[in-house]
Amino acid sequence: MKKKLWEKYAAWIFLLPWIVGFLSLTFVPMVMSFYYSFTNYNLLQPPKFIGIDNYIKMFTTDLHFSNALKVTFIYVFASVPLQLLVSLILAFVLNKGIKGLSFFRAAFYIPSLLGGSVAISILWRQIFGMNGILNMVLDVFGLNTGISWVANPKTAVWTLVILRMWQFGSPMIIFLAAIKQVPAELMEAAEIDGANKFQRTMRIMIPMISPIILFNLVMQIISAFKVFTESYIISGGNGGVLDSLLFYTLHIYNEGFGKMRMGYASALAWFLVFIIGILTALVFWISNKFVYYD
Amino acid sequence: MYKKRKLLGRIKFVVLFAFALAILYPLFWMLASSFKPESDVFKNLGLIPQNFTLENYKIGWQSNGRVTFSTYFRNSILVSVFCVIGNLVSCTLTAYAFARLRFRFKKVLFALMMMTLMLPQHAIIVPQYVYFYKLGWIDTVMPLVVPKFLATDAFFVYLLIQFMKGIPRELDEAAIVDGCSTYGVFFRIILPLCRPAFVTTVIFTFMWSWNDFFTQIIYLRQVENYTVTLALRMFIDSTAKSAYGAMFAMSLLSMLPIMILFIFFQKQLIEGVATSGLKG
Repeated sequence: MKKKLWEKYAAWIFLLPWIVGFLSLTFVPMVMSFYYSFTNYNLLQPPKFIGIDNYIKMFTTDLHFSNALKVTFIYVFASVPLQLLVSLILAFVLNKGIKGLSFFRAAFYIPSLLGGSVAISILWRQIFGMNGILNMVLDVFGLNTGISWVANPKTAVWTLVILRMWQFGSPMIIFLAAIKQVPAELMEAAEIDGANKFQRTMRIMIPMISPIILFNLVMQIISAFKVFTESYIISGGNGGVLDSLLFYTLHIYNEGFGKMRMGYASALAWFLVFIIGILTALVFWISNKFVYYD
Repeated sequence: MYKKRKLLGRIKFVVLFAFALAILYPLFWMLASSFKPESDVFKNLGLIPQNFTLENYKIGWQSNGRVTFSTYFRNSILVSVFCVIGNLVSCTLTAYAFARLRFRFKKVLFALMMMTLMLPQHAIIVPQYVYFYKLGWIDTVMPLVVPKFLATDAFFVYLLIQFMKGIPRELDEAAIVDGCSTYGVFFRIILPLCRPAFVTTVIFTFMWSWNDFFTQIIYLRQVENYTVTLALRMFIDSTAKSAYGAMFAMSLLSMLPIMILFIFFQKQLIEGVATSGLKG
């Protein structure tokens, strides 16, 4: 009898950790954070309901908010397409039976492997700093500008765009795998029909792997919005000169855990969820027209 | 024609090789600089230290003098190892239920699980913090580790589900005919066959928790509890004094475990990325 019960409820026993985790660490926090976003809450006193004041504050008195939004949007919409373009081009180059493929694949993957770490952000701070590698290289050509690229508000965010482009390895590997899946007959048929290399790539290869391109696009957009370490380390935690490195997540962190404005930080976080949701939906909607599915 | 193609191939190889070197140059420069005396670091772009020294490593390891990198590494290893164990156990249990068992609301629950995959951590971090604060877990490893034992990393659940679905069902059925219970099938059939997926889970969980900064900076306060990533941040706070050599030395050491994993599990890592679109 006892054994039967164990068998009957086996699924729920296996699911137990997840159910506990989902309810206590995801679902309830989601509801709570939504509630907090309409309150004033500093952790010490109980949350005080203030209606939509937090959301109004975002668009009126919080001057950092629009800066953070601007910087993050520049970052996401410059770095993601550029990164995917580089990875796509290299995937095509590497695909054509090159010597040392596994070496190149590994070498190009290393930046993706290490890219999100504090150590690399520290390195980046030095590369684009006043006495950094970039200025030393420019110096060799007599072009030393004497500026610190990370401290200059005009260039700061672009150093982070480059950091993301530098990590083109992991989408490249995904593209390489996708290209391998394209049936060889298709390419051969096109070749017989007189299509040149470029045409074959544009007309057959790209449409065939378009679902993977879409997948990478969505994943990279989401992950780019969530970038925190780079922004924190390279700006030293304060968002840089004139907020030029103030990424959205850093703003959430500073408000919530720096100034203990838990209610406001929750509102900021929900607005981020909203943006990511809209963008993801948009990408899927646009892609309905371009993506080829079997 | 053949000769021309061979020449083109060679040119392509050289160009790609130069590109790879350019990409990895900053890392080599950091490595070289970590062995240069402080005064030489920003002098030249060369990769061979003229006055080789280990001083940076000695100074860097001492950190603030009171707490050293021995503590930070111990803390980081502790966190990462427990995260790995937690993810392995909890995600495997969950994945087995979703991949093989029948239960009510399966579709709804699966959809919910997939939704958490897309949900940014930031949307739930504040209430989680409040929870853990009330439990007295701030400044302990509990907030970093306990969630992993509750299968909150939906990504790995999904990965394992996909893998288990690839295992032929006939194996389960044969085992059941032979008298295996649901648990027997899990332990005798599924677990042994999931090894490749476990390797992927272990490597990526280790790497992600090792590199994690956002959660650690939120929950860990006292220097004694700092992980390697948080300790590195202290170098940034004190850049008034120039300790670039030491900072580079410790940064490199912080990446060492990841590089070792990469060297030993290169094939699994790259396959893991290729098949599941993992962001490394």
